[in-house]
Amino acid sequence: MGPNDLAALWVTLRLALTSTLLLLLLGTPVAWWLARSHSRVRTLVETVIALPLVLPPTVLGFYLLIALSPNGLLGASWIALGGSGLAFTFTGLVIGSVLYSMPFVVQPLQNAFAAIDRRTLEAASTLRASPLDCFFSVIIPLARPGLITAATLGFAHTLGEFGVVLMIGGNIPGKTQVLSIAIYDHVESLEYGQAHLLSAGLLLFSFLILFLVYRMNGTSLLRRETR
Amino acid sequence: MSNGITFRFKLPLGTFTLDAAGEIPTQGVTALFGRSGCGKTSLLRCIAGLEQAADAFLSISGECWHDSANGFYLPPHKRAIGYVFQEGMLFPHLRVRENLNFGYRRTPSSQRTGDFDRVVHLLGLDSLLDRSPAQLSGGEKQRVAIGRALLNHPRLLLMDEPMAALDRGHKKEILPYLERLHGESNIPIIYVTHDLNELSRIADHLVLIEQGTILAAGPLTELLARVDLPIARDEEAGALFDTRIIHHDETYHLTRLAFSGGELTVGWIDRPAGEMVRIRIHAKDVSLALDPPGLSSILNVLPVTVVEMAAHGRGRMIVKLDLGGTPLLARITQKSQANLDLKPGMRVYAQIKSVALTL
Repeated sequence: MGPNDLAALWVTLRLALTSTLLLLLLGTPVAWWLARSHSRVRTLVETVIALPLVLPPTVLGFYLLIALSPNGLLGASWIALGGSGLAFTFTGLVIGSVLYSMPFVVQPLQNAFAAIDRRTLEAASTLRASPLDCFFSVIIPLARPGLITAATLGFAHTLGEFGVVLMIGGNIPGKTQVLSIAIYDHVESLEYGQAHLLSAGLLLFSFLILFLVYRMNGTSLLRRETR
Repeated sequence: MSNGITFRFKLPLGTFTLDAAGEIPTQGVTALFGRSGCGKTSLLRCIAGLEQAADAFLSISGECWHDSANGFYLPPHKRAIGYVFQEGMLFPHLRVRENLNFGYRRTPSSQRTGDFDRVVHLLGLDSLLDRSPAQLSGGEKQRVAIGRALLNHPRLLLMDEPMAALDRGHKKEILPYLERLHGESNIPIIYVTHDLNELSRIADHLVLIEQGTILAAGPLTELLARVDLPIARDEEAGALFDTRIIHHDETYHLTRLAFSGGELTVGWIDRPAGEMVRIRIHAKDVSLALDPPGLSSILNVLPVTVVEMAAHGRGRMIVKLDLGGTPLLARITQKSQANLDLKPGMRVYAQIKSVALTL
């Protein structure tokens, strides 16, 4: 494995971990709201979050590229806040990944939260648990399988991302080049040996984490969490 | 300042509005009784703070918990209550011991009374402590739920039809524990039910609810003996008597009971003489005669005075009788009333066909 490949591996892992963490932080309140709210805006929010499931990554990538550019909505605000542009940067990649993987995190969480009986939470409140206490001592433990599923899907999906990254990250080795793109480069240059190594590595890794999660949850990842 | 539980709630409930105000004593068991959907559970939820009525007032022995006029509302987690749901609602991810400790651990140590073992013993939970809720029967779950509520050090125990989801066998299993609780703890209990038998066994006070409003409230024996309330029309209507066992007749396997209005002979009660027993005499089991009957198979014939009567249903009457100061109900036909020419103040004889024990 060449230094570029190692750098791509490092960028990929960093991207997947950062994105997963952000996805859980942002996705949990959104999923909670979606699971409990009767607001009319709910369907709209649900639809927007699910969009990456059906859109070609290039479409999302294209709009992101425009938004992240120095004159774009996000890029301009970022620069105004003291940043130095978002397109073709690692931060830009994180923003893209978070949007792209959001449905994979929100949906399992939403299902897990919706499966919790409202009266169980009421019981906690009659037993002196404040709403925050209740969240950590009842909701999180009960939604654990959903949380694990959400984190795994978010991580694995970011790991395998290609189209969005290609559109907004460019292909800067050591900065924004991720494994999926490194593999593409190797194939283009007919370096099948290296492509094999990276592909097989990714295949094995993905297989292992999914296998572990299935074993831990004892249930299908995309099935409704009913525990 | 009132020493009782004073409340006033107005809460829209679909087709009607819960509009209830009153006072509940801070001693004994008060039953909120009414048909399904009459608003009794909503009233209980308002008291717990689980439902936040826009127009509300609630104070417990002078301590205010809710006063919408002053914008004050104490959320449920800040109220010292115990709440038992119909289906237990144990935390499925915690073992029985941790479920029991949930509220206990969150009670300020100055308020803790350190009675974990006593509660476990009272409810017979010793052998269940290490089980998970999924491994418990319906009756066991309810016992744990009651224990969990008690260990929250409540000033008020609220129970929402705790036996409604149980079959007969499990009800029988729970009732003795509830009666023990009634006897041993001095925490006021508000108990929602639509079951007259359950009510007769454990309640001291009664709040009758219909369509979101309070129809009547007062001591249970008094209300059960009223002929003007819908409860008197129930197939199971009847008067309650708190009696004392005075004698066992071993030859005929009978027990003699005394109460303020006289004595009764009933089937053998397996309890020592001197103990108090609450019995119920169903209105349908009482018939009336103008003269003392001669030899009869009926053991209990008592002289009574007609107090009042009310027609109910087709051709039927409910008659309230006075038995030396204790009320008794009889259900007779309108034809019988005409034949006997029954009028308030008349002295007649009540023949009691059977006595229901609420053991």
